[in-house]
Amino acid sequence: MSERFTIGLIVSNHFGVLNRIAGLYSKRGYNIDSLAVGVTEDPDISRMTIVSTGDEYIRSQVVKQLNKLHDVKLAVLLEEDKSLSVEHLLIKIKTNGDGNSGIAALVNEYGGKILDLGSNFLVADVTGRTERINEFIGKCVPLGILELCRSGNLALSVGTEKVLNINDFK
Amino acid sequence: MLLSGAQILVEELVRNGVKTVFGYPGGTVLDIYDELYKNAHRLEHVISAHEQGAAHAADGYARVSGRTGVVIATSGPGATNLVTGIANAYLDSVPLVAITGNVAVSLLGRDSFQEVDIVGITQPIVKHSYIIRDVAELEFVVSEAFKIAGSGRKGPVLIDIPKSAQRDKCEYHGGFGFSAAPVPEVPDLTKALEAVSRCRKPYIYCGGGVVAAGAGDEVLSLSKRLSAPIGLSMMGLTAIPNSYGLNLGMCGMHGKYAATVAQSEADLMIAVGVRFSDRATGNIAEYTKSCTVIHIDIDDAELGKNVPSMIDLCGDAKVILTRLNEALPPMRNEEWVARVTELKKRDEAPGDDSFTPANIIRAVRESAGGDTVVATDVGQHQMWVMQHYAFEKPGTLLTSGGLGTMGFGLGAAIGGCIARGREKTVLFTGDGCFGMNLNELATAVSQKTPVLIILINNGVLGMVRQWQTMFYSERYSSTTLRRKTDFVKLAEAFGAAGRAVYTMDELREVLNGGLPEDGPFLAECRIDMNEMVFPMIPPGGSVKEIKLSQEMMI
Repeated sequence: MSERFTIGLIVSNHFGVLNRIAGLYSKRGYNIDSLAVGVTEDPDISRMTIVSTGDEYIRSQVVKQLNKLHDVKLAVLLEEDKSLSVEHLLIKIKTNGDGNSGIAALVNEYGGKILDLGSNFLVADVTGRTERINEFIGKCVPLGILELCRSGNLALSVGTEKVLNINDFK
Repeated sequence: MLLSGAQILVEELVRNGVKTVFGYPGGTVLDIYDELYKNAHRLEHVISAHEQGAAHAADGYARVSGRTGVVIATSGPGATNLVTGIANAYLDSVPLVAITGNVAVSLLGRDSFQEVDIVGITQPIVKHSYIIRDVAELEFVVSEAFKIAGSGRKGPVLIDIPKSAQRDKCEYHGGFGFSAAPVPEVPDLTKALEAVSRCRKPYIYCGGGVVAAGAGDEVLSLSKRLSAPIGLSMMGLTAIPNSYGLNLGMCGMHGKYAATVAQSEADLMIAVGVRFSDRATGNIAEYTKSCTVIHIDIDDAELGKNVPSMIDLCGDAKVILTRLNEALPPMRNEEWVARVTELKKRDEAPGDDSFTPANIIRAVRESAGGDTVVATDVGQHQMWVMQHYAFEKPGTLLTSGGLGTMGFGLGAAIGGCIARGREKTVLFTGDGCFGMNLNELATAVSQKTPVLIILINNGVLGMVRQWQTMFYSERYSSTTLRRKTDFVKLAEAFGAAGRAVYTMDELREVLNGGLPEDGPFLAECRIDMNEMVFPMIPPGGSVKEIKLSQEMMI
């Protein structure tokens, strides 16, 4: 059954690594729904989170093929019920003078912060699970979205199983 | 010691055991070639006619010697000319280190003269690749590249060295040692042992992984222990001797009748070092319908990739087979052995002496013996060699399996010949394939490599034409060549000798007539354009659709 799945990766932090990983997905015909990457506490090592869609066959192949790349120290499947996954949204919404309080309440309801406020727009910063971000965006559509930007999912395992500690890969 | 990048490269090649490199000089590798000139006494350089030929030669050299092949090319077109050779090595898991020059770091990314992003271009077809922006990286990278190319599932690694990194100097430490590979873990064999103990009709399917792991003897022991016949993929054709009684020969689209039928009747398949290519399996659902599959491979990603696996054993084939042999009691199975022996009779050749591809190949085999390295190109002649040449020793066959590279053969034969200390080597090729890279005749002559070229000339692109005959109602689109090439004169123009042969007697005269020992000889064998390769299972088909002769095509 085709469903969304999340992979956590520990990779070398050199140029070209992102290319190799993205290239592997396109070469094998797997899609990428979101990809987030950032350096870890060690500047030589980055952590990535990739969300894709596929069945059991694709899930298993993606993980095995990623683990063959020399620059990938480890790639693991982060099961939905055993991981914490959040996404970060920056959104610029149209406002019209006195209607601001409704938008502010909506941002507040979703645990967001208002980062910038002008006479006819505001910028909100909202963090949460993808479904919740989608829901928030849905509610902003009728208000008028000027632009938005999402980070893609960031995921860590729950508890102390499947911890990708970079000291294990040095 | 302060050395230039080019000096470090040569030191590291020598330290990693490289004796011969193949390549072609150019603007951005002048510094490397200058060091090769100074170090000619300890590192032989073989110049090809075209970089593709050099890449195939390094590939052939690696397959014969069992060591990592090395090819060097300049930036831009030199580098892009390597692409087919690198892809070929990737698809056949051949250890290869490809070294390309590039423009100086300060000129990178500016579309400079002869600049291409060869790391980007080759990314999907290498195990790993590097671009050396700083000479200080080179010493470590060369050793790591050899380690990656030659370990696990082998394959090509590319090192792109900008000219500035060849000229710049840095401290050389005498090379990095890598700790020995960890002793391979043996996976849990319980399920495999259970499956074997339940089976009545076991079948072993061997691929290139058995050749790469040097596990032929372990396969033979297992076969004897279980009374299991062996089918081979094309890459695995030399894994066990042809003369072994339960060796049924090649499986797949043009595989032997016995290998195909026995596979379809087996209740257990032990697949070792194979990747179940579509050309080998045909219809996957039919292919595994009646049998449990135990799949042994060093590459975890192959397990379950093409065939839904039932019992996966990831690891070194030699180690796993040794353990299986230790754990399994001998099983006699006279009925199954009798059945496959009966099937094998269908594959026996007719006894006439007509000038057919099968007879040509058998005659060459008879004169060459079982130790000679044999290269092929791709297409009908290649399949005929797989069917009719009796291979006895691992590493004696150089053929393009996964990529199916027309034009692979001559370069590979030269590389294989050099790896054997310029011993007599045979190349089977067709007129189509030979036309693709025949410029390497110049290399065979200048390198004094005694390659006997058996050119099977049917005047057409035979395999494509066969498909047009069978599946496109004989509409021979662009497969009838109508060329007027005189191959004997062509060989002579390159400084080689040759002869056109029309009968088996003439062929035997050539084979027994004192072939040159210091250069190539071309024997052009003209055959009928309507010869086809049988058996054939149509693409995506199964044993039910097997065609054994032209008469069965309707």
